[in-house]
Formats: sequence, structure tokens, C-alpha cells
Amino acid sequence: MKKSVYFGLYLVVALLAVLPFVVPNSFYLDLVIRMAINAVIVLGLNLLIGFAGQISLGHAGFLGIGAYASAVLPTHFGWHPLLAMGAGAAATGILAALVARPIFKLKGHYLAMATLGLGIIINIALRNEAQWTGGPDGMPVPAMGLFGFELSSDKQWYWVVALLLSVSVWASLNLIDSPFGRALRALHGSEVASQVVGVDVVRYKVAIFVLSAVFASLMGSVTAHYVGFVSPNFADFFHSIELVTMVVIGGMASVYGSLVGAVLLTALPQALATFEGWETVVFGAILMGCMIFLPKGLVPTLAAKFGKGE
Amino acid sequence: MSMLEVKDLSIHFGGVKAVQNVTFNIDSGIVYSVIGPNGAGKTTLFNLITGVYKPTTGEIKLDGEAIHGKSPNQLAERGVARTFQNLQICMNMSAVENVMVGAHLRLDRNLVKAALRFPGLKKGDRELRDEAAQLMDFVGLSQYVETRADAMSYGALKRLEIARALAMKPRLIFLDEPAAGLNPKETIEVDHLVRKIADSGVTVVLVEHDMKMVMNLSDRILVLDYGKKLAEGTGEEIRKNPDVIAAYLGAHA
Amino acid sequence: MLAQFLQFLFSGITVGATYALAALGFTLIYNASNVINFAQGEFIMLGGMLAVYFTQAGLPLPVALMLAILIPAIVGVLVEKLAIEPVKGAETVTLIIITIGASLVIRGLIQVWLGKNTFSLAPFSGDEPIQILGATLLPQSLWVLGVTAVVVVALWYFFNRTLQGKAMLATSYNRLAAELVGINTSWVLFMSFAMSAALGALGGILVTPITLTSYDVGIMLGLKGFVAAVVGGLGNGLGAVLGGLLVGILEAMGAGYISSSYKDAIPFVLILFILFFMPRGLFGGKSTDRV
Repeated sequence: MKKSVYFGLYLVVALLAVLPFVVPNSFYLDLVIRMAINAVIVLGLNLLIGFAGQISLGHAGFLGIGAYASAVLPTHFGWHPLLAMGAGAAATGILAALVARPIFKLKGHYLAMATLGLGIIINIALRNEAQWTGGPDGMPVPAMGLFGFELSSDKQWYWVVALLLSVSVWASLNLIDSPFGRALRALHGSEVASQVVGVDVVRYKVAIFVLSAVFASLMGSVTAHYVGFVSPNFADFFHSIELVTMVVIGGMASVYGSLVGAVLLTALPQALATFEGWETVVFGAILMGCMIFLPKGLVPTLAAKFGKGE
Repeated sequence: MSMLEVKDLSIHFGGVKAVQNVTFNIDSGIVYSVIGPNGAGKTTLFNLITGVYKPTTGEIKLDGEAIHGKSPNQLAERGVARTFQNLQICMNMSAVENVMVGAHLRLDRNLVKAALRFPGLKKGDRELRDEAAQLMDFVGLSQYVETRADAMSYGALKRLEIARALAMKPRLIFLDEPAAGLNPKETIEVDHLVRKIADSGVTVVLVEHDMKMVMNLSDRILVLDYGKKLAEGTGEEIRKNPDVIAAYLGAHA
Repeated sequence: MLAQFLQFLFSGITVGATYALAALGFTLIYNASNVINFAQGEFIMLGGMLAVYFTQAGLPLPVALMLAILIPAIVGVLVEKLAIEPVKGAETVTLIIITIGASLVIRGLIQVWLGKNTFSLAPFSGDEPIQILGATLLPQSLWVLGVTAVVVVALWYFFNRTLQGKAMLATSYNRLAAELVGINTSWVLFMSFAMSAALGALGGILVTPITLTSYDVGIMLGLKGFVAAVVGGLGNGLGAVLGGLLVGILEAMGAGYISSSYKDAIPFVLILFILFFMPRGLFGGKSTDRV
């Protein structure tokens, strides 16, 4: 991996710096913010799926924990939003670590099953504990205050989220090209080879699973505060699938692919709104088409085509 | 005291006794070869000693410490390296990165420092890249440093595995058929390479079908047949051993 | 006490039989192609919805049911031909997304065509409950259990006594070896998708008079069928049947004795426990990786 990979980062930062001045209206600004939030989640998930080669079909569950921590703790217990966010992330981290050890002795489809089950259980709990969570209808989330001043306008939110995204891209690039990141990629390439050079594979899988879960939880909190509302749909199976699809469509094991995947799939439902009633069919067909014709995802396929490695 | 002591080692897969009551010792600093017909249990023996399989019964000691049942990464911590008969190369990485992974245990593997790009860690990584490039030069792959592993030839990948194993700075290295599938010229290069590794002070355990190479390199040889120890001794002793002659030539004669 | 227990048991094995059929569907496809078909649940939905549609359209029950099995089987084959065969050997995640895409297309089409309403189907032989030790058993439950039993026996016969069945089994053990001895593995793939779609549809038809149906029932039914297949040890046919019954019974018991609002969570709690303590399911064998 050469210096040039960081070139993409400068491009992303530059783009983020100009965007708010060129988006035509608040509708698009909102869309961009949601794209950026998803991009951060997908970056974390791509470390797990693309780089380490482990599947998670339950990540929306972690997102849900973060989102609801930010909704429930300030509303019912008067916690400061930042403290609630931290508590949600910590709870997610602990839960992920607890289930990860046994889960990561599993492979492939068993792993898919276990993570899927975990996500569904979290979702059902959020739906049922109506006295805390508002049940299927969801609940409002109090505003986020940062050091005395309140985040209210979309512009303010934009800068916060843009900063988070830039830092995440930078950190992901660093991580991949480090001893830790190489161990992750190695256990994807050949589990037994990485073991015999001393990589404790279960430990690494657990570490990256917990990290990506905590990422998801934190961004769940951010989403909750930004939207001002949470509902169990944040945490449902379909949302987990959406997140995984962002990873795969953009390109597994590609940092910039994560961004592309997040941008496209966040925009897609908006674009599909014109298909009145046919959204599900078209969405499904697009998923299938992308996977059949671009199984490696957009960015790696295009990079290979134009002869530029990432 | 021997570096590696293997005593009454057995493993059963269902009803198949792949390795049965095998006992031998390996002294430090030698080249020790394991030979035998296909299916004799040579690779299974490697898998047992390097922790990939757990033995059904028996013991393995490294410098007097019982190591059977330990996981491969625990053995790596004790300076045991290996290569694989069926290539185990990380095809999702470049050649030099494959070698760098070999140095995993010698590096600062901290996640947070890595994500925040700590200068010390970055410096260590740069030094390691140079070292890995040197190792690739040592095994004769200097032209492939930045090549993606999936773009390399079989023969080159075989040597890449050796470079990765050497990056661990091991005391004991297991080479599983390093010359299999190579052309005569490449085989001679691997022969020289193994000699160079042994001369650098690493104890080498070799599984190989190329008898010329085995006889040429080995200080001692273990012969396995149907999972059992058939004979053990110097090259000369093995060459004259009637059981070995019967097992190897009997089938053809 | 006993009556209540029996009541839960009856409803558990009835719905469990549907899970068993779905799990068999997962198993068939998994064995033939190593793919987990996340569209399996949609075949269950298709069976039920099409049966409702054709009976309401005035077709005689047997014809309606035949069509409601045949059409999903064709859809299954289409999914295989159009979406699975072109990407042979792709990564697990890619295949998962493709089958999920297929499930969305199927569900979306039914939603556009038949709407979002909930439909019911008349029981095959009346709805006069049968009294057993104080518990009631619906005649439709007998249909579910009876047909499932017949299907299981027929499948057993097919895989153990017929050449085609043995060819399919052989392919699941070793695809390359099967090809070498002249088995047409692409025919095996074709058959697996047709059979598992038909099995799913059959389950959907049988259970609709009891549970009702709508365009979106496939997701949960499919996921629970997947749970059942994993409980039984992925790839194991008998395990899938027992897994299905076990999941159904535990779900009914849990709903009855513990909490009905957590009914849908029970199979997933079960599967996590099983995977934690018996990583290859209850009936899965041990395997060793070769290196």
C-alpha cells in the first residue's frame, strides 16, 4: 500500500468541505448527512466483512442499541446525551464481546445465523419493551448538546458528521496498513497460515467485531439525535442487510468502496420513490443485478478496469 | 537434550489411524527429513507438531516443555515456523505483505496506535518492509516485492511461504514439500535455499519426495509408512535399511 | 395442566412441521450448492397466497393447490438459473445478498399484484375441533402433520432408493467426484431449487388455514426455517425435520408459558444457545479442515 491511497482521503475532505455550499436545498443537505452517517457505519462493517472476511447479518441491532441508549437514557433518566451515547457504545461493546467469543469459533453460514439471530432478538426486545422504548411506534430523542451549545441546524450537524467521516476514513486507511490490519487481512486470506505465524485468530475476529459494533452503536446515537426520533426499524433485519449490501456493492475490502456503497444505497430509496409501489421489486432487482454483474463491487471492479490499484 | 522430542504420537480420524505411536527426537541445528510414500502420514505429523491437529495420544516436547495440544499461534510464540504442502498464501495481499505478516509477533499490534498512525509504529513498519524485501531477496524473489500474491507463479509462491516463515525468525522450521511441483532448476534453487537456512542456525525439518534433495541435505531421516515409523537414521543407514528398500522398491520390483 | 400442555404441543408441532418443510428446503439447496437461500421463506408465502388466489378464482381445490406448488417450483428454478448459476463460486456474502434480492423481488411482485391484505384459506376438511384429553386439535393440523410425514418418507425413499436421489446426495458430498462419474450436477442444482421451492410452498399452503397469510409472512417463516436447518446441523435432512419440530414446539411452549410477545425471539435465542455450546447443531458431525 503506497502513499497514494491517502490521496483519496484528501479528495474526500475537499469534497466534504465544498458540498454544503453547492447543495441546492435542505433536502439534499439532509440526504448528504445521512449518506455520511451510513458511510461511517459501513467503514466499520467493511473492516469486519471485507478485510477480515467475517459476516455479520445483525449489525443494525448494534445500531439500535446506540440509538435507543440516546433516546431512553436522557428521556427517562435525565442523562447527558454524551454520557448516554458512551453508555450505549459501552453496552454494545460488552454485548458484542460476550457473544463474539463463542460466535467466532463458527464459520460461514453458522456465523451468519448467529449474528442474524442476535440482531433479531435485539429488535424484538426494542419492539416489546414499550414502557421504555415506545414499542413499535418508537420515541422522540432529545437534542444533542455539545459543550454548552446545542446542535440544532442541519449545517451544524453537517460539519460534525463530515469531521467524523474524515477521521474514520483516515483511521481506516491507517489501520489496514498496520500490523493489526495485516493480521486481519491475513486471517481472511488463509486462517491457518495466519495462525502458524502467531496470529491469535479468534482474538482478532473478536476485536474487529467489537470495534465495528461500537462504531455502529455510536453512529446509531448520532442518527437518533440528528433525526430526533427512533423506531425499531433502525434495528431490523432488513436494515442489517442494507448495511451489508452497502459494503458489498461499494466493494469488499475497499475503504473508498464503503463510501460509494453508502452513498448509492442511501440515495436509492429516494430515487425509487418514483416507482410507486414497485420500490421493493426494483430494489431487489438492483441488488441481484449488482451482485451478478459486479460481484467484487463497484470500486474494485472499476479500479481493476482502469489499472489503478487502491 | 534434543530440541524436539516426539513420543508415542498417534492421531485417529474416525477409524483411520493416520499416525501411530511414532517416536523420534530432533537435535538442535540439524536438517531432519521425514520421508515415506504418499499417505504415510508425513503432513499429518507436521500438522500435529505445529498444533494444527491435536494428537489422540502421545507427547511432543520442545526444549523439554510439553507442547502437544497447544494452538499454532502459541507454537509460533515458541519459535516454530512452517510452510504448507498445499499453498497457504494470503491472495488478498501483496507479496511483501505476506512476508510482513510472518513478523506478526515481533511487532506492536496495538489497534488504537495503528488507527491513529503513531510514528513509532509507522517507523517499525517501514523497517519491517525493508527487512521483508531482504528476505524475499534471500529466497530469490527480489523482483516480486510489490507484486500481488495472486499474480505470482506457483514456484514463486512456494518460496514466498518460506520467506514468510523466516520472517518469524524461527528456531525450528518445518518445510512441507518445498520442491513439489517445481521444475529441476527451481528444485536446485530450493535445495540451496534450505542449505542456506540450515547454515544460518535454524533447525530444519523437511518433508520431501525428491530423494536426491533429501539425501543431499539431511543429517538424519525418519521413514514413515502407513502412519508408522519404519526406520530412522543417517542417510547412509536409511539407504541400506532392508525395510525401507522393501517399502520403496518392493512395490516396484 | 395437561390439557394446556397438550394444547401448546399441538400448535407447536403443527407450525413446527412447516418449519421442518422450510428447513428441508434450505438443506436441499445447501447440499447441492452450498448456498443459503434466503428466498426460501418467500416460497412459503407464495404457496399460501397462490392457493388463496386460485381458490378464490373458483378453481377446484386440488387444481388450485397443484398450481400453488407448481408455480413456486418454477420460480425456484428461475432464481437458480438467472441468479445462482451465473455466479458459481462467489463469496458467501455475495450469494446471501443475491438470494435476499430475489426474495425482495418475489415479495414485491406479490405485494403489487395481490395487495397488502391478510388472506385466509378454508380448512381442507372442516373446522370442527377434535377433543383430546381436554385439548383441541384442528383437523387442518392433522393435514399438516400427515402430509409432512408423507413428504418426509417420500424424500427418504427418493434419496436412499432411487438413482436420481442418490445422484443428488453424491453431489452434496463431493461435487467434482460426482461430475467425474457422470452425474449432471447442473441438473442436480435445478432439481434442488425446484424441490425446495415446492416443499416451502406446500408448507405454506397447509398452514395457511390455521395461521392466515399475507405478502410479508415469508421473512419470519424463512428465517425460522433457517434456524431449524441449523439446529439440525446444516445439510442433515433428518436433522432439519427434527430441528423444525423442536423449534415449533419450543416456540409454542415459550409463547404459552413465558411470554407471547417474545414468541418470535424464541427460535433465535435457541439457536444462539445451540451454536454457543454445540457449534455444529444438534445433529451435525465433526469435521476437520485439511491443510
